[in-house]
Amino acid sequence: MNVTSAIDNELDEPRFNHCTATRNACKLCTPLGACLVFRGIEGTIPFLHGSQGCSTYIRRYLISHFREPIDIAASNFSEESAVFGGASNFKAGVSNVIRQYQPKMVAVATTCLSETIGEDMDRIFHDYLKESWHEGHPHLIKVSTPSYSGTHIDGFHAAVRAAVAALALPGDRTRRVNLFPGMVSAADLRHLKEIADDFGLPYTLLPDYSESMDGETWSEYEKLQSGGTPIEAIHAAGCAQCSLEFGRTLADFPSAGRFLEERFNIPNRRLGLPIGLRETDALFEALEAASGLPTPAKYNKERGRLVDALIDGHKYVFEKRAIVYGEEDLVTGLAAFLAETGILPVLCASGGKSGRLERNLREVLPMLDERTRIHDGIDFAQIAELAESLKPDFIIGNSKGYALARKLGVPLIRVGFPIHDRIGGQRILHLGYRGAQALYDTIVNALLDVKQTSSPIGYSYL
Amino acid sequence: MAPEITPLPIAPEAAATEAKATIDKMLKAYPAKTARKRAKQLLVNDPEAIPQIGANTRTIPGIMTQRGCTYAGCRGVVIGPISDILHITHGPIGCGYYSWLTRRNLVRPRHAGDTNYLQYAMSTDMMEEQIIFGGEKKLRQAIREAFDIFHPKAISIYSTCPVGLIGDDVHAVAREMKEELGINVFAFSCEGYKGVSQSAGHHIANNGVFKHMIGRLDEGDKAEFNINLLGEYNIGGDAWAIDEVLRKCGIHVTATLSGDVTYDQVCKAHTVDLNTVMCHRSINYMAEMMEKKYGIPWIKVNFVGAEATAKSLRKIAAFFESKKLTDRVEEVIAEGMAKLKPVRDAVTARCKGKKAALFVGGSRAHSYQHLFADIGMETIAAGYEFAHRDDYEGRAVLPTIKVDADSRNIEEITVEQDPVRYNPRKTPEQTKALEEGGFSFKDYTGMMSEMKKNALVIDDISHHEIEKLIELRHPDIICSGIKDKFIIEKMGIPCKQLHSYDYGGPYTAFEGAANFYQEIDRMLHTKVWKYVVPSWMKEPQLQATPIYNPKEPKPKAAAPAPVRKPEAGGEAIPE
Ligand code: SF4
Ligand code: SF4
Repeated sequence: MNVTSAIDNELDEPRFNHCTATRNACKLCTPLGACLVFRGIEGTIPFLHGSQGCSTYIRRYLISHFREPIDIAASNFSEESAVFGGASNFKAGVSNVIRQYQPKMVAVATTCLSETIGEDMDRIFHDYLKESWHEGHPHLIKVSTPSYSGTHIDGFHAAVRAAVAALALPGDRTRRVNLFPGMVSAADLRHLKEIADDFGLPYTLLPDYSESMDGETWSEYEKLQSGGTPIEAIHAAGCAQCSLEFGRTLADFPSAGRFLEERFNIPNRRLGLPIGLRETDALFEALEAASGLPTPAKYNKERGRLVDALIDGHKYVFEKRAIVYGEEDLVTGLAAFLAETGILPVLCASGGKSGRLERNLREVLPMLDERTRIHDGIDFAQIAELAESLKPDFIIGNSKGYALARKLGVPLIRVGFPIHDRIGGQRILHLGYRGAQALYDTIVNALLDVKQTSSPIGYSYL
Repeated sequence: MAPEITPLPIAPEAAATEAKATIDKMLKAYPAKTARKRAKQLLVNDPEAIPQIGANTRTIPGIMTQRGCTYAGCRGVVIGPISDILHITHGPIGCGYYSWLTRRNLVRPRHAGDTNYLQYAMSTDMMEEQIIFGGEKKLRQAIREAFDIFHPKAISIYSTCPVGLIGDDVHAVAREMKEELGINVFAFSCEGYKGVSQSAGHHIANNGVFKHMIGRLDEGDKAEFNINLLGEYNIGGDAWAIDEVLRKCGIHVTATLSGDVTYDQVCKAHTVDLNTVMCHRSINYMAEMMEKKYGIPWIKVNFVGAEATAKSLRKIAAFFESKKLTDRVEEVIAEGMAKLKPVRDAVTARCKGKKAALFVGGSRAHSYQHLFADIGMETIAAGYEFAHRDDYEGRAVLPTIKVDADSRNIEEITVEQDPVRYNPRKTPEQTKALEEGGFSFKDYTGMMSEMKKNALVIDDISHHEIEKLIELRHPDIICSGIKDKFIIEKMGIPCKQLHSYDYGGPYTAFEGAANFYQEIDRMLHTKVWKYVVPSWMKEPQLQATPIYNPKEPKPKAAAPAPVRKPEAGGEAIPE
């Protein structure tokens, strides 16, 4: 037996099997993140250079979360292209896509297949453009997204960077702020826009799939759903006064914010995902600095109500135990918030492996002690093995935790991505005081529901 | 539902011209070369003189297809549902993740405590190191550990695209592990790029099931009328509904391939007397191979639709030539039909004359036409996602199908009579007598023979073509999959998913038929559609006022929908 246990000293210690295989992954594949970013840019069609299967799978996954159509083209490799290279498929694919969709931009991501065969994308682009470029040809950008070295979140950040690197133009500094929010919900994006508007700040929010992936019904057929970051806004990102990027893991990542800093000297301020009080405070401070204006009264009130609610609810949640899982930055933000409410995150787990999870958690939670376990590069089977002895009162994360919640008989608070067993995953608000308020109410009410349903008395006042 | 417009009666020639014009308009958006290729897959039907369709050809790069990959067809569809095999995807994480319980092929444990490995998505989660230095070592290790943890009866390995290119020999690893662990371990070279669609994966999977499972257990179930149900995947509990009606008749199913089925059931599949085939596309290979090797005849059945169910039950009874069975089958049909009648009548009254279009799979686009026919609805257009010419034009065209580079990729295994187990279930005389009495074996005549003249047949439909279809032919409902669903519904047309059933089902046999009728009725008549005015409704010549029930409050969108201005996602003009 080749299974070693994580901690062998104490008998009671929660332990899990270190397996070679991943059993029920807590991460998705790299091009998925890139495709989502590209669909958050106006008039852009994502294009996967590889076989059609990846595109079909990724589409079905994004669709089951957003309940919105998403078209992702592919160069449809055959055995021949897998052996001899996909340049001709690429060329045919791009021209067909342009003809059908008349996009403003075709954004190409690689897959494991094209990466494995070592496609020279620079050359392919060069050859294609030499032959086919003409006045008015859509923009063409590319990002390298092999899934064997990263997760969906790496693909996401890499795609944001690729868009900025290809499209940002230098110029005189303006008041504009670049907002790189990371992989958040459509509701989160709308909220961020509202906040920036209320500060009177011009902004480039990249990506912005708040309309394109959470749209209305159509009065006209929309080949590519409208909405998304305007390409002009990405051009203008090169003259912004500063960039705000969310995600503490980005400290070690060649991010869009870093690119702009290095290339155009635009100061890059890295924040955690603004979930909960303190991380949101940091966002508002940053916006105050950028705008030279105080936080609008509306948000101070939201903050005040949130604090009041934390007081109202503390008796229900204090010392409750939670398992938090998902992308590393989401886990960090959620753990920070849960701790503010008096809830004990007993396990912070992620399939990602930036190497920064523990350090980031300690940054936001200096008081962390041994009651909180931190594991990156973990899968759901291992989380389940640990959960046995961790006795959580609830778990918080995406739909993939449902089997675990069911087994443990505790509520699953659905946040993040993917959510495919409830409606409205794209409308879950996580960010800002308002998002924290919504999360808090959901958590407290789920716990009250457990209390009520499991009580023999059937309380009607709680 | 969309406001009704009474269509003007159309003369047959006009109908043909109109159908042709629809296709021309669909093709117009494509560059000339693409349009020429595509034209072979868009046809006007004529059941008397079935035209040839360009099915099972590569999707042109850049055309938005609903097709999946070879891996999806093998791991996801055919082998995936076998519940006590441990499935390991060899490749990077995505392929395995995306095939994790996504198909709704339901399973219930036979005994309390039975392991159901379907809830596990195991993947070797290849990293850069394996891509460069090879992944066999990691795969071997993963198999050993999986064995240590689960002790399964069998382990199955699936290759994804990169594996084929780095040259891992998954079959050698499987052989080695089989030896070492003493359980059945086998592998599939089902790299996504290998075929035109998931269909290639079905074929590869059929070969594997035949080579590594069927024939390993000779002790069959004791039953008088013993059959296999092939090409039934228990989506939404379909196989259970079929099983129930068969059980009522006294017919026993040894193995359902592949829906809620165990490894042992598959291993003894060769002990039955008849193979019945639901989805011809995904499994006809296996039926053929079993006939050659074991002498088990096969027939096409369809339990989708009440009339179709009755016909299929009668056909099975006719095969067994048993008066007892025939009588029992008639009783079950009479009972099922009687129970169904009130629902069917009520729904027919509301749905009769409405128009459906179906674009799905390799058999459902055909079989579900029967359910619509049951309630008086007409199929105006249909097409498969990954079927071949025989599924459109019937098996008669099989000898004329050209073998292209993609099909050559897939192993054709040579099958010979099993020296011990070959046992023809019918003598040549019996077969002949049955056939003379109107019984037919291996009889799939395809979708087009059963569709109306001038109906549209569209293979591997694209979004653009769906949009044109809605604009020009105004179907009342479209059956498709999740990748089209939200496009179709955004245009104000209900879309029933026929892969996942929109999380409903079962739809098979009599019980399932009632479910389907009611769901279609609800989908067509729910008031939410009144809030959306389909774009074709707004064209000037069609400015018909929607008809509302005067008692209902006037829905919002009765007024022409306002032209929508997209909000800027960050403002555009440099300040
Ligand atoms: S096409 Fe290849 S890489 Fe893509 S999902 Fe299928 S097997 Fe995986
Ligand atoms: S091959 Fe790579 S890109 Fe394609 S689905 Fe698998 S992990 Fe994702």
